[in-house]
Parts: sequence; structure tokens; C-alpha cells
Amino acid sequence: MAPLGLRARWTVVTVAAIVLFGAAAAFGIAAFSDYQRQQAKPSGMLTAEAGSAGIAAVAGSEADVARIVFRNTALGADYGFVAAVPLTDPRGARVVTDVSCDRVYATNEYEMCLRVNRGVVTTFSADLLDGNGALVKSWPLPGMPSRTRISADSTLVSFSAFITGESYSTIGFAIATQIAEVNGPDSGTLEDFALTVGGKPVTAADRNIWGVTFTSDANVFYATAASGGRTWLVRGDRAARTLVAVRDGVECPSISPDGTRIAYKKVVSTSPTTTWTVAVLDLATNEEVVIPEPNSVDDQVEWLNDSTVIYGLLRADDSGASDVWSAPSDGSSAPTLLIEHAWSPAVIR
Amino acid sequence: MYISFSDRARTTDVPSSTPGKTGAKVSATVVALGLVSMLTDISSESVAAILPLYLTSVLGLSTIAFGFIDGLYQGVSAVVRIAGGYAADRTEQPKWVAFFGYAISALARIGLLVGTGFGVIAAVVTIDRLGKGVRTAPRDALITASSLPENLGRSFGVHRMLDTIGAAIGPLLAFLVLFFIPSGYNVIFVVSLAFALLGLVILGLLVPNLSRRPLAATPAGAANAVRAVAVPEVASEVGLEVGPEAPVARPRFRWRYLNDPRLRRLLLVAGIFGLLTVGDGFIYLVLQARSSFAAAWFPLLYVGTNLAFLVCAVPLGRLADRFGRLRVFIIGHGALLAAYVCAALPTIAALATIGCLVLLGIFYAASDGVLAALASQYTPDGSTASGIAAAQTVVALARLLASVGFGFLWFALGRESAVLIVAALLAVAIPAAALLLRPYLARPRVS
Repeated sequence: MAPLGLRARWTVVTVAAIVLFGAAAAFGIAAFSDYQRQQAKPSGMLTAEAGSAGIAAVAGSEADVARIVFRNTALGADYGFVAAVPLTDPRGARVVTDVSCDRVYATNEYEMCLRVNRGVVTTFSADLLDGNGALVKSWPLPGMPSRTRISADSTLVSFSAFITGESYSTIGFAIATQIAEVNGPDSGTLEDFALTVGGKPVTAADRNIWGVTFTSDANVFYATAASGGRTWLVRGDRAARTLVAVRDGVECPSISPDGTRIAYKKVVSTSPTTTWTVAVLDLATNEEVVIPEPNSVDDQVEWLNDSTVIYGLLRADDSGASDVWSAPSDGSSAPTLLIEHAWSPAVIR
Repeated sequence: MYISFSDRARTTDVPSSTPGKTGAKVSATVVALGLVSMLTDISSESVAAILPLYLTSVLGLSTIAFGFIDGLYQGVSAVVRIAGGYAADRTEQPKWVAFFGYAISALARIGLLVGTGFGVIAAVVTIDRLGKGVRTAPRDALITASSLPENLGRSFGVHRMLDTIGAAIGPLLAFLVLFFIPSGYNVIFVVSLAFALLGLVILGLLVPNLSRRPLAATPAGAANAVRAVAVPEVASEVGLEVGPEAPVARPRFRWRYLNDPRLRRLLLVAGIFGLLTVGDGFIYLVLQARSSFAAAWFPLLYVGTNLAFLVCAVPLGRLADRFGRLRVFIIGHGALLAAYVCAALPTIAALATIGCLVLLGIFYAASDGVLAALASQYTPDGSTASGIAAAQTVVALARLLASVGFGFLWFALGRESAVLIVAALLAVAIPAAALLLRPYLARPRVS
């Protein structure tokens, strides 16, 4: 075969560029119009009147009515927006607010909203909003949002985010967690708190702290600490700036409303990928009960009441889809579906 | 694109008459290789930028799982890098060895479209980086073979500039897609595949398979080089082996050619420097922990470094050609030293953060391409790819050790102390390197 001349080579390159970019553009346009069609379509979930500004609007005019606030994951125009259902009727009509979050937690007064601010330059933030959806405070995050909590008395907030960015793969897994007072200074990153395991200080470079849960004592909280492939449930003291390990193999603790038990996720298998299940620890007896959940749970559990835990579960067959499930905290029966197309639940009592 | 290639006509005329002039243009092959790298970097960086987002928000995988892929490929990558260089020299087919490396990276992208799950992602990322390991040294050997020795620094500068432009465009393009289509990960994967394939086409059709460098010292050599650039197929098939113009037989690859005392000392110095290069990631973390400006902009700090790198790549490459490549290489590590000091300063204002990023960019511009140029300068024809691979492997392994060691220092002594210790060691290493390489530090003679 005679070698192609320079002009012929350039022609082939030009044609290849047109074909390749043309095909990619066509694919992109098709995906865009699909997305637009989906956005225009009602979500399929029953929704109450739209246009509500904040979580306070849920359940009529009475802001103190018990309800579950969550991230709506029903495909459609309301995907990713914060929604709520009455506690008495979790499968009923949901009210969708016009606040969009990737991770949400709420109390009667405030809403913590962790966001990926998508754009040509993508940034991440933790935003504290009032009941009307107005911004009260905002903190920049170093990467992908992870967990957030507000104390029951609405005075403290915490948030965890992965430290991502371009250098991510060279550093490995790292997460930053902070506790802040709503009307006061930040405690700074929890990595600066002194961590002790079995009475010995842990100062390893790979220390990570995440998944805070607040107790009724404003000074005391629980969280996860990890180092060298191990994880611990730690009891934190804000004034003393200490973290003391109290149990092995605990991630993302969540304390029950009565303060007697802690629910968390624990590793059940690490191959081929890590899978977790939910367990509940009785703080008085130190007895652990495992919830009979067959799927892997990667969430910070929330308490529906003193005897029921709820958590988000991804659908195995459908990427991006998720539901919120509930189970008795004594592990006595199998979990049941609580809210369809929902993620990141928070119970407002 | 056409503008760069319009230089081609002038390239054929200029260097044959004035081969020693540093004002001569960079060859069309170098620009083509730069375009290939740019397209490939757009392809891989667009995916890399959104991967954490994709894994956590779509696949629901824990980010912990992703972090552990890293250690796995680092060691393997170093081995295939040497293998790629050796294969290119041994087969005298640097172009096709590089093509193989680019091709497996491109094909791995198809995996993203057909599969989901951690196994697939891990495989794609690993294959992509193996491909990068294989292709780097043969490609740099091609750059050497298509540049006049006097212009080598500039050629590598042009290549690295285009490469870094790709690395800057990739993430922007990916986030632009997500901005319009929030769930458009598949669109990003398709676009990424298109860029990778176009890069392959350009490499296959517009880059000649040159395995010897032009002998610019003699007019015949320069003419030969120019012909090689202008008529690639003829040059590679006829000119090198049986062509009447070929003045000397191309030397076969021999390991002992890598035993040049200059190369040995360069590898030693590059290794020492590598051990004291802790990686941008750590610098960004130091800045993030100490400056509220850096914390707010943490996910974008690398953009600042890339911008400085691409702006400085060509000027510093030219400076290396005129002022001496070793000098620029050694002094460039002064910029790294300054970046360390800047990150460990008692107070870090926004300006200091930006200054730190710029210094890192200058360091890369003065070391990355310049090291490849030096390694090829110190290896004979026929062994260039292996020589370059050796230098890059030494640096990669040394930097890996540096990251591990720095991790230990970090919490044993604290952030600032760790950085200051490495800075102090580097402050000693720079004059030591100058002393070690003193016999070769002379300013290049301009003929």
C-alpha cells in the first residue's frame, strides 16, 4: 500500500475529528433533551403544593408539626430538592421546598445543607438555613459532602466532607470534620482534638474523624475516628478538645433521642468492596444488636423514635436511586420501606 | 491547529541554513505530539475530575474504596515505564510503542460506558495509568528525535505546555457538561473517548516513527532531520536504514550506553531531588489547613499550579537551551524550596497562597521537560527512550518514597515542622547537586 500523502493524512484527521466530535455532540444533545424532558415531567411521587420556601412550610402553617425532612430523589423536576412528609403519614404527599442539597439535616429551627455548587469551577459548601430557607451561615468545604448534624437544641452544627480536589488520588482517603456553634465560634477541625485509644494517644498521619452525633450535653458528642485501617466510636469533649475511643469497628454513630443507645454502621465484609450493616449499641449494658438488613448500608442512621431506626439505601438495580427504610432498633424484625425515592432523612419531633 | 502547522514550511527552510540558532521553530512533529498529549489529557483529566463525584453520588461507593487503588498502580507503573522505553529502543519503533500505550488507555474508557461498579472503575483507572507508563518514554524519545539538539528544551517546553493545557481543559469541560446535564456522566465518558480516539488518529497519521535524532552539528544531519520531519514515511522507512543520505549506521540499543557518567550523576541528583519533592497534594493540604483563602478554594488549587506551569513551560525551556539545562533544572528546585518556605510561613495571606501555586508551576516547568531533555542529551541514539525512562522512573519512585516519608514526618512533628525540615534538606541538596554536576554545568556553546 502506498503511503498516504500529507494532504490525505490531514483529510483523514479532519474527517475523524468531525465524526468523533459529531458523535459525542449528538450523544450529548440527546442526553440533554432527555434530561429536559425528565425535568418537565411530574416526578410520579404525590406532591403537595409546590413553591414552599423552606421546611417551615411543611404540614400547613403549623411549623412545629412532627415530620421527616429528606433529600427528594424521585427523578424529575424536584430531584435533589429538600422535601418533607408528616411523621404520621410518611408515604403520603411530600412537600418539596425550593432548597437543593446533596446532604441535609434539619431541626425545628434550622436546616444544614451540604452542597456541590456545580459550575465550570465546582465548589462545595455547608450552608445553615433558617426555616424559611434563608441563608444564616456558610462554610466552604474541601470536597464532596459526607455527613451533617444539628444538635437537638439547635445550638451546634457539624459537617464532614472528603478532602478531594485534583491531588485526591495521591493522598488517599481523607476527610475533614468540623463542629461549629450557630451563634459562636467554630471549634476548628476535629483532627486537632487529642485522640486516645486504650489510654494511648494516636497521632498517626492517617487519622480521620467523621460522622458526629450530638448528645443532650452540649459539651459531649460521639463520632467515628479511623487510623491504620481501624475505626473506633469516640466520645468527644469540646471544652477539653479530646476524643476517647470507647468501642472498635463503629462508623457514623447516631444517638437515640432518649440518649440510651447508639446506632451505627459496621463493616461486615471488605471483599470485593466494603459492605456495612446497621447495629445498635446499648450504652448501659454495652450490648450490641445487629439489624437484619441484607443490603449494604452507607449512611448515618437517624432515629424515627426511641425504638425505630431509619436510613437511606441505594437501589442495587438502578444507579442513583434510593429509598429510606425503617427497622425496629432491637433487631426483632426485618426492615420495611418507609419513604420511596428519598435520601438523607432527618426527623423533626 | 493549522496555524501551528503552517510553521512547517518555514521549518524546512530555516534550520538547514542556521542549525545552531535557538530562534529556530519547533518541529511539526513536536507540535503533533503535543496535540496528542493535549487531547489525551483532556480525555483522562475530564474523567479523573468527576470520578469522586461519580463514585459517591451515582454508584454509591464509599470514597475510601477509591483511595486504595492508588498504591497498587504506582509500583507497576514504574516497571512498565522502563519496559516501554526498552521496547521502543529495542524494536526501533518508538512511535508504535507509544501508540500502544495511548491505545490501551483509550480503549479502557469504553469500560466506563459498559460497566459500573468498583471493579470496573479500578480496572479502567489502572489500565489508563499503565498506558501512561508505557507511552511516556517512547514519546519523549520521539520529541528528541524530531528536535535539533540545540532546541531540545524548547521542544519539551512546547510539548509540556500543550499537555498541561489539556490537563486544564479536561476538568472544566467535565464540569461544564455536569452544569448543563447534572446526571450527564455518560456524556463525559463519551466525550472523553472521542478525545482519546482523535489523539490516536493524529499520532498514527501525523507523527513519523523517528528513532534517531538529527545530527545538527553537520549540515547533512540537519538536512536529514528536516527531511524526516517533512516526509515522515520516507524518512523512517528509507532514510534511516538504507537511504544514501544516512551518514552513519544507527547504533543498536545497549544497556551500557546508559552507563554514561553524566547520565549516572543526573539520575543520582534527580533521585535526591525526587526524595525531597513531597507532592502538591501535601502542599495544598498545608495551605488548606492554614489559610482560609486556600481552604475555600481547595478543590481548585491545582488549577493555579497548572496555569503557572503552562505559561512558564516554553520560556523556561528556551532559557534551558540558552543558559544551560542543568542550571535551569537545579535552580528550578529553588522554586520548589521557595514554595515550601511560602507554605510554612507564619501567616498565609491569599497572596502567599497564590505565590505558592505559581512557584510550584515554575518548578514543574523548570524540571519536568528539562529532565527529559537532559536524559536524552546524555544518552546515545538508539538508547534515548531507555535513558529517559530511567530518569523518569528514578523520579517517580523517589517521589513515592518522599510522600510516604513525609506522611510520617507530618504527624510525628506537625505540618509546619515537616515542611521546614524538607525545605532545609532541599536547601542543602541544591548546592550539593550543583557541586556533583559541576563538570557539566557550563553554559551551552552557541555555534
